[in-house]
Amino acid sequence: MPEISLTVNGQSMSGQAETRELLVDFIRDHLKLTGTHVGCDTSQCGACVVHVNGRSVKSCTMLAVQANGANVTTIEGLAQGDQLHPLQAAFREEHGLQCGFCTPGMIMSTLDLLKQNNNPSETEIREWLEGNLCRCTGYHNIVKSVQRAAANHQGEW
Amino acid sequence: MYKFDYHTPDSVDTASQLLGDLEEAKLVAGGMTLLPTMKLRLAQPDHLIDMNAIGGLDGIRATSDGVEIGAMARHADVAASQVVRGQIPALAELASLIGDPQVRHRGTMGGSVANNDPAADYPAGVLALNATLRTTRREIRADDFFTDMFETALAEDEILLSCTFAKPARAAYVKFPNPASRYAIVGVFVADFAGSVRVAVTGAAGCVFRATDFENALGESFVPEALDGLSVDGSEFNEDLHASGEYRAHLVGVMAKRAVAAAAQ
Repeated sequence: MPEISLTVNGQSMSGQAETRELLVDFIRDHLKLTGTHVGCDTSQCGACVVHVNGRSVKSCTMLAVQANGANVTTIEGLAQGDQLHPLQAAFREEHGLQCGFCTPGMIMSTLDLLKQNNNPSETEIREWLEGNLCRCTGYHNIVKSVQRAAANHQGEW
Repeated sequence: MYKFDYHTPDSVDTASQLLGDLEEAKLVAGGMTLLPTMKLRLAQPDHLIDMNAIGGLDGIRATSDGVEIGAMARHADVAASQVVRGQIPALAELASLIGDPQVRHRGTMGGSVANNDPAADYPAGVLALNATLRTTRREIRADDFFTDMFETALAEDEILLSCTFAKPARAAYVKFPNPASRYAIVGVFVADFAGSVRVAVTGAAGCVFRATDFENALGESFVPEALDGLSVDGSEFNEDLHASGEYRAHLVGVMAKRAVAAAAQ
């Protein structure tokens, strides 16, 4: 089995992965970082979104071996101790979730949007969320959460 | 997913050699189609040859009469490229309509074109923009490249390296997307090369094709009304739970008119 090494949330990690092991399974089962969820397992729902080398990707549609040497950020990498990341705080303030299953993916996806565009319009937010499904909220408060985050946090993300 | 051996060549030559030497080997670029297909066990290669470690295949550059895009260029990079936006904005628009942002971060031009999914967007752009496809062996004209559903002119051990798209005077791509997958139920790319018009249709049939009756009419007069009374034969079109062949044939006319209107603006 190939040995892979990668940086996850700023820490060097390594482990053995079968070639067919998905990145999301490596993150959850080997690294025990279970904040990244498996929803559909077919690259549609976005519950598994993480950042690989600074870009949001669906970790259910990438092999763990393909992340060898990469810099990966998961939802666990955002908060500073007990202090929520500003985007997480905005989701709480605007009640941008109900069951919470899609939330890690929503946050990792929209954080990538904010990194590219720190003042997105409602249309831009909704278009960006094309690849993230929420079956509870109808997206309204999720969009408001991203808008609140953008308003609260001036400057670069 | 069945087990396979994984290879990460660092040069095109090594990748070509592996592809020629290994039995049941597949190239993976962005993996946005291949990996889901392997999960479903619809594909079961014994060897996966990953193109991601090979440098220099993702370039985007202006040429004398268009733009050359490397096979490993991601959809997001093509969509955002100032070169593509400047030379052929309709092609940047096409790339921006593929899948969702995360798919566009991984998916590649070359992967999409070489896979030739009947509902993929890129084949319509390649065909309408009279592209030239450069491989490890030769150059192939777009008209000769797409041969059938998921079939291309590429040989078993031939690798697509880049695609040079000709710059039209005006062009537009309009699609009617499946609301869940964003794949084209029907997509039409219209390109006007100073009087010579090319119209490529994806999503409707088993393979991308040119609507030559539309091209002739638009060559006479590049306005949506030029297509009034014209239709395509939908008797062999795709039929699924999303749309009948008859409905797809109707959509080809509607999307073509919208594309002409958008290009003429």
